[in-house]
Amino acid sequence: MSSRAALTAAAAILSLAVATPTFAQGTIKIGELNSYKSQPAFLDPYKKGWQMATDEINAAGGVLGKKLEIVSRDDGANPGDAVRAADELVTGEGLDILCGTFLSNVGLAVTEFAGKKKVFFLAAEPLTDKIVWQDGNHYTFRLRPSTYMQVAMMMPAALAAKQKRWALVYPNFEYGQAAVAAFKKMIKAKEPDVQFVADEATPLGKIDAGAVVQAIDDAKPGAIFSALFGADLAQFVRQGNTRGVFKNRFVANLLAGEPEYLEPLRDEAPVGWVVTGYPPQAASPQNKAFVAAYEARYHEEPKMGSIVGYLTIKSLAAGIAKAKSTDPGKLADAFRGLKMTGPFGPFEFRAIDHQSTLGAYVGKIGIKNGLGTMVDYKYVDGASVLPSDAEVRKLRPASAD
Amino acid sequence: MHLEGLVFQALDGLASASGLFFVAAGLSLIFGVTRIVNIAHGSFYMLGAYIAVTLATAIGGAVGFWGGILATAVIVGIVGALIEIVLLRRIYVAPELFQLLATFALVLVISDATLWLWGPEDLFGPRAPGLRGAVEILGRRLPTYDAFLIAIGPVVLCLLHLALSRTRFGRLIRAATEDREMVGALGVNQSVLFTAVFALGAALAGFGGALQAAREPANLGMDLTAISDAFVVVVVGGMGSIAGSYVAAVLIAEVKAVCIGIGLVQFAGLSFNFSKLTLVAEFLVMAIVLVVRPRGLMGRQQVAIRSVAEPDAPIRPATKTAALFGVAVLVVLAALPLLARSSPYTLVLGVDVLIAVLFAASLHFIMGPGGMHSFGHAAYFGLGAYGAALAVQWFAAPMGVALVAAPLLAAAGALLFGYFAVRLSGVYLAMLTLAFAQIVWSIVFQWQEITGGSNGVLGIWPTPPFDKLSAYFLLTLVLVACGVLLLRRMLFAPFGYAMRAGRDSPLRAEAIGIDVKRIHWLGFAIAGAMCGVAGGLFAFAKGSISPETISIGRSIDGLVMVLLGGIQTLSGPIVGASVFAVLQDYVMRETPYWHALLGGIILVLVLAFPGGLAGGALDLARRLRRP
Amino acid sequence: MSTLTVHSLSKSFGAVRAVDDLSFSLAEGEFLALIGPNGAGKSTCFNIINGQLTPDDGEVRFGGNIISRLPPRDICRRGIARTFQIAATFGSMTVAENVQMALIAHARQTYRFWHPAASYHRALALDLLRQVGMEAAADRPCRELAYGDVKRVELAIALASDPKLLLMDEPTAGMAPRERNELITLVKALVVERGICVLFTEHSMDVVFTFADRIIVMARGRLIADGDANSIRSNALVRQVYLGTRAATGRMEPIA
Repeated sequence: MSSRAALTAAAAILSLAVATPTFAQGTIKIGELNSYKSQPAFLDPYKKGWQMATDEINAAGGVLGKKLEIVSRDDGANPGDAVRAADELVTGEGLDILCGTFLSNVGLAVTEFAGKKKVFFLAAEPLTDKIVWQDGNHYTFRLRPSTYMQVAMMMPAALAAKQKRWALVYPNFEYGQAAVAAFKKMIKAKEPDVQFVADEATPLGKIDAGAVVQAIDDAKPGAIFSALFGADLAQFVRQGNTRGVFKNRFVANLLAGEPEYLEPLRDEAPVGWVVTGYPPQAASPQNKAFVAAYEARYHEEPKMGSIVGYLTIKSLAAGIAKAKSTDPGKLADAFRGLKMTGPFGPFEFRAIDHQSTLGAYVGKIGIKNGLGTMVDYKYVDGASVLPSDAEVRKLRPASAD
Repeated sequence: MHLEGLVFQALDGLASASGLFFVAAGLSLIFGVTRIVNIAHGSFYMLGAYIAVTLATAIGGAVGFWGGILATAVIVGIVGALIEIVLLRRIYVAPELFQLLATFALVLVISDATLWLWGPEDLFGPRAPGLRGAVEILGRRLPTYDAFLIAIGPVVLCLLHLALSRTRFGRLIRAATEDREMVGALGVNQSVLFTAVFALGAALAGFGGALQAAREPANLGMDLTAISDAFVVVVVGGMGSIAGSYVAAVLIAEVKAVCIGIGLVQFAGLSFNFSKLTLVAEFLVMAIVLVVRPRGLMGRQQVAIRSVAEPDAPIRPATKTAALFGVAVLVVLAALPLLARSSPYTLVLGVDVLIAVLFAASLHFIMGPGGMHSFGHAAYFGLGAYGAALAVQWFAAPMGVALVAAPLLAAAGALLFGYFAVRLSGVYLAMLTLAFAQIVWSIVFQWQEITGGSNGVLGIWPTPPFDKLSAYFLLTLVLVACGVLLLRRMLFAPFGYAMRAGRDSPLRAEAIGIDVKRIHWLGFAIAGAMCGVAGGLFAFAKGSISPETISIGRSIDGLVMVLLGGIQTLSGPIVGASVFAVLQDYVMRETPYWHALLGGIILVLVLAFPGGLAGGALDLARRLRRP
Repeated sequence: MSTLTVHSLSKSFGAVRAVDDLSFSLAEGEFLALIGPNGAGKSTCFNIINGQLTPDDGEVRFGGNIISRLPPRDICRRGIARTFQIAATFGSMTVAENVQMALIAHARQTYRFWHPAASYHRALALDLLRQVGMEAAADRPCRELAYGDVKRVELAIALASDPKLLLMDEPTAGMAPRERNELITLVKALVVERGICVLFTEHSMDVVFTFADRIIVMARGRLIADGDANSIRSNALVRQVYLGTRAATGRMEPIA
């Protein structure tokens, strides 16, 4: 079995060996990888976001006098292919600045890769706290507010609801588990006598919404904390609305205010839920300018993914400009404390744990023109919901830096 | 949890069961008559959901919704018929399971076509006109649409039953399910029958998807969730039994609903969250059913996945030219670190290709010569990867020890699961292996304290001197070459012959004194161990692993590699794995629509080389030699 | 002295008693024919002796030991080989490899992982093939052979395990009359030379009356006659069973 077969393999490998990477003069290349095939609803606007940022930067003369070029790859939505894609960007394309990723396990694998290979990595979207805390490293930064931060943003509203009986529902993987663990810890700290009367862990993308909604209703909770998103959320909402389960109950749902997940609900969007997300109609001047530019370019409203994609590239450009270099070590130094302003306003990449202080909007779901939207929202600065420096030092091993 | 609550949950279960049933019934019909393991069946379901949403919103009102559902079934049925006529009909005579490869390619193509046609956003269909409300039962509100679903399942079941027992077409289907050759002998036009059955099966899936669109947004993940559920239902119910499919759908949906209903339970100071079982409930049910009742709940005979292709040719040792050739290739590969100095990525890809080769070769070992179609080979890859990673994480094992732990853990798993699997045959064996793989996956996924849960284990890097890419490449090359040659050696040895003897004719093998089950069991374990080596190498190559190493997707990749190369040739898995891995790496960079491109290339290869690439190459060589 | 003793064997499938209180024995070196109309229970009886089926009742002894309820492979190791009604060989192997496989299994060498199977017992296999007249086809794939040749290969496979008893289920089914006589003549010569006793079923009465030392007759699962060719020919019950007129049990179908 060794003969012909092995030749095919060798021929294939050799044909690649011949193709050497090209280093264009006068450009700075950034490697980007993401789960485009697996998470198109979020990553399609994300891609539009970073393309717009790149064009803006280049129209304004580029960075360090060079044009910015993004080399984008699909990470196959799994760590194995993602590490190979990262490896290809690093060893094949000769890049040492990476960004992107959506899924937590993929983000962590690339984080680990970046630390080992000493390449710079800006994790754009993955929410897991571990990227900057337990498994953080010198070369990895993260843009989006983490699971912990998103939960913390909700706490004031959750506490204000003054409910003692809580039902929990969350997708059964790290994001959902971590969100619920953080929620339990935070609410218990303030209200020691709260009870968790239902705990529904649903398989991602395969929720049995009718049964889950009914089990929650049967537990007679006063309030519901949910971390569902996407198709799971839509099914949960329709079943709950039809069965009247959300009537007179306080519901807090992480991420449900992001247009990606809110829009498909149309006129069934559950009015009154407290959510984190992004209202494209937010009135801050920075946001208005961004939305106007985005709509002019794509003829559609931006989504949360657009913001993440846009800020990922903008942050990298600012970091490179500050470092005056594309060397990963110098870039990492420059990122520590890098101050930025974006559609959400000012934020910075913290030196202590490499987490950006980009926040999110917290508000309620309302319906306008027959479509779900966020109302009564306010922007919560990420810096205000991060744990104290002392706590962060306990969470992030000293060896990370 | 009160009794009333549980009873009500049972109603929820029935509503979900109907949806499962429609997909499964179509799959069961198609498999029964054409023996095609139609992986693309979930894609028909997804298409159904998208088309129904489109019709319901474009036309609007009750006509758009209810008429749209029926129209959807017809449209998806026509799509199914076209696929059967244009594609599948050409490859019925190919070796066993080969059609799976074509339907896998279809999954890729249809998913990209859907993305292109409907865009990336989830599309939520309108509520059913006339059935927007809820009815009060047991003091709880059941959506009237769910009540309608509860009813429509049995109605369709009865209609199908009548159609199968009272019409000529139905009798032909049943006859073909039991004995395909007979129907051919009766002078029935087989190709018309096959097309009709494929269209009917596709229409049922489309119908199921259309009905679901009022409960779940049409989304691009529906195809894969539907197909795995449908396979489980069909197998639990018993292949070829439509009523069995319904019973199985109810059983699985009820188990899930009750698990959700029970929720968190405190017992003797321990708490267990039953809702977490929904992650793997269907596979637990399937494993239990198959261990207790090897033919499913209502299955009649063991249906072997076989085709009209003739048996394999005798295996022959490599000719001198071929052996020289093999050595030359090994030499070139060994020199690759020098040749590829300017492009280190070649080595990165090379490591991945070599790992895929060992993965595929170990799967081929049991699939080809052993005749055991494992649909869950990723279990042993994952056990190997986790064996190595956990040895490093928890025992600070050096790399050498971890790479020994990898095959040990994988072999242990293969011994345990193989014990049950070799008692079955055909598609039941295939599905039991899949169930075991999913159980392993869910344990790894849930056991966060030990395995890191969905995030996996990080920081598994090779130790010096193998921390250099070229050294790691050579290590991989040596281990993979040894593994592949060892497997090959075993196939030529009495053990390998005994394994093939057990596949060719279990009766004859037993009658000459061979313990077929034990031989196959041991073969399963050996393949598991070799696959574990591949998994261990993978962990160190990537630096981190996650439950994805055990996923259904990886198992299917393995099948695709083996079938693409050609299951009947010993070099098949090597060619198949190399081509598939390189191809995938290439297309992923080439276009955002890489699913469609990869699927399209596979379809072309399938049609051009119906014996697999290696088989095709051998044929070509033979024809050139004999002008 | 008897080698094989079948004692009050019974086996039912649902309501059908396929074998009903069947007893007979087989003497050393004997060439015994088991005949009976379709559905008489001959194949069931064979499959019990061979270990493929377990009896509901009764026992089978071989060389004094009870062998019923043992799996086929253990029964083979005790010296019983068989051929099948539809010849069963290993289609993906060459003719010689088929026989070598049987020799390997007989020598308990199946759990060997290193030396090529082709190097095991090649000469012995060729010798066996020569005896059944298949030496010329030794290196042809078994799947390519004509059916009559496959039957010969099967015979060589059966002989490879050096049996004391050979079970042959319709050895000449699907063969032309001339071929039948040739094959059975060959079998008889080979077993006499080796001192093997044979139990066989057969539809061709010519073959049975010409070659069998003794004949036993089954109908509806029961033994209805036992004797040499002449006594069976003249047995009224057997005639009734085979002619179908007011059959012994009242409802026998004629021979196919």
